[in-house]
Amino acid sequence: MSQATLAIKKISGHPGPVPGAGVERDYQVAKLIDTTTCIGCKACEVACLEWNGYPFTETSFDNSYQTMPSTTWKYWNLIKFNEHEREDGTLQLLMRKDQCMHCADPGCLAACPADGAIVQYTNGIVDFQQQNCIGCGYCVSGCPFDIPKFNPETKKMFKCTLCADRVSVGLEPACIKSCPTGCLHFGSKEDMSFMAESRAKQLREHFGFEKAGVYDPPGVGGTGVIYVLHDVTNPEAYGGLPKDPHIPWVVRFWKGPAKWIGNLAMLFGVIGVTLHYFRFGPKEVHPPKNGDGGKP
Amino acid sequence: MSTHVVSSPRTTGQPGQRVLRYTLNERIHHWVGFLFYLYCLITGLAFWSPYMYWLAALVGGGPTARFWHPILGVCFAVSMFWMYKMWDRDMQITEADRRWKAAIKNYVENDDQNLPPEGRFNYGQKLFFWLMFYGIIFLLLSGIGLWFVEDIPWSLRWLRYLSVAVHVTAALATIGGFIIHVYMGTAMVRGGFTSIIRGEVTADWARTHHRLWYEEVTKRQPPPGEAGSRK
Ligand code: SF4
Ligand code: SF4
Repeated sequence: MSQATLAIKKISGHPGPVPGAGVERDYQVAKLIDTTTCIGCKACEVACLEWNGYPFTETSFDNSYQTMPSTTWKYWNLIKFNEHEREDGTLQLLMRKDQCMHCADPGCLAACPADGAIVQYTNGIVDFQQQNCIGCGYCVSGCPFDIPKFNPETKKMFKCTLCADRVSVGLEPACIKSCPTGCLHFGSKEDMSFMAESRAKQLREHFGFEKAGVYDPPGVGGTGVIYVLHDVTNPEAYGGLPKDPHIPWVVRFWKGPAKWIGNLAMLFGVIGVTLHYFRFGPKEVHPPKNGDGGKP
Repeated sequence: MSTHVVSSPRTTGQPGQRVLRYTLNERIHHWVGFLFYLYCLITGLAFWSPYMYWLAALVGGGPTARFWHPILGVCFAVSMFWMYKMWDRDMQITEADRRWKAAIKNYVENDDQNLPPEGRFNYGQKLFFWLMFYGIIFLLLSGIGLWFVEDIPWSLRWLRYLSVAVHVTAALATIGGFIIHVYMGTAMVRGGFTSIIRGEVTADWARTHHRLWYEEVTKRQPPPGEAGSRK
């Protein structure tokens, strides 16, 4: 959705400069998810549907509390459950709110070929502009969190907007508003990082979670959604949160050096055949050598 | 039966006479394939670089281009396989090709009088054919990966990345061949362009560029056994 009140600092598939780049005044926003106080009530899932106007979706049962296997184009926010067996044999029920991470260095945006189909606002929110999306699915390959989802009917991609429409008018995202335990917070990235670090410290020092820490992966330049985890050394246990996410190197190469190598190769190909023509010209047809006839 | 050796009533091989080089069937398939390839090329370049995204506007805009690119890509693959059926036999690399290849410098420099004789297609044409043939196989397989990217499970995501890498590499390789093919077919080899439209070349043209083939279709001389043999 287009957010006219938010300035844009990065545009997908865009030749030339970006209007809002380098003139940011906005601070970075972030959502803090404290997995240690999430009770898996799914109020945030419902709030997300409500605010974004999507109908309730069929759920599926797979012997866990999880609503469905993964997020969908009209279900952007999903609590992932995992019964995790700790080293001492005790069980731990892990719950993680899964949605777009709003990467500072978004792989979806890097991969997208359509001008303006994905934008990053100066406050850090990464937003899909469906009217410009061509439905190619490149963003699916670019995203290290497997977030963009395709609507086969409209042939457009969808994902969490971090409620850019609400944030642009000074409201917090709908999920934050609905959380009954206060495990979700929203504010500036700086404040959220501070809050997350103090919570992790508290977990380490007072609750016996020695490996507690904050998940804010540097591989994608940090994210606009950060987690407090009981065990930050094993993020995979939280419904497959990648340990060291980064834009796939193939996508980086494809959208970086390959572009120039390929373009130069094509250019030199065209220049090459032109020069060949200038130098050698067309091929002549030769009359028979033994003189059994002339040129027609 | 392959139609690679053709003689029309007009094919007498006398100087000033014309020789049928491509049957109507071959010409149609060549141009059908060309149209499919051209569409995929224009839209593919649009998706390739933001600086060429405007090309999508020529063919109906981004979403339309994205809709047709994979479908016409499959059509091109079918058309390529048809050409394979048509030309496979003629495209096998022969002894004559090996000798011609050794003197390829003379061909590039238009010193055609100092070239070993070639059959219906010369070594360069065969290379282009096989480049397109294997290129489209790679493009098709990787294209399916890109088309149904969401159906590739997360645990097999390396397939998503592989599809991107293979599609781009194969596309660039075919573009390289395409540039040379278009240049040679239109500007460099005079008479080549009309031959793929009207099907005919002059006897002198045939003798100059494809001597062994010329001798074969006109039966002017018995084809030198070894030079014309396959493999
Ligand atoms: S999590 Fe995926 S969809 Fe969200 S900003 Fe990062 S790369 Fe884009
Ligand atoms: S499908 Fe994804 S990559 Fe393709 S145009 Fe839409 S947002 Fe961009």
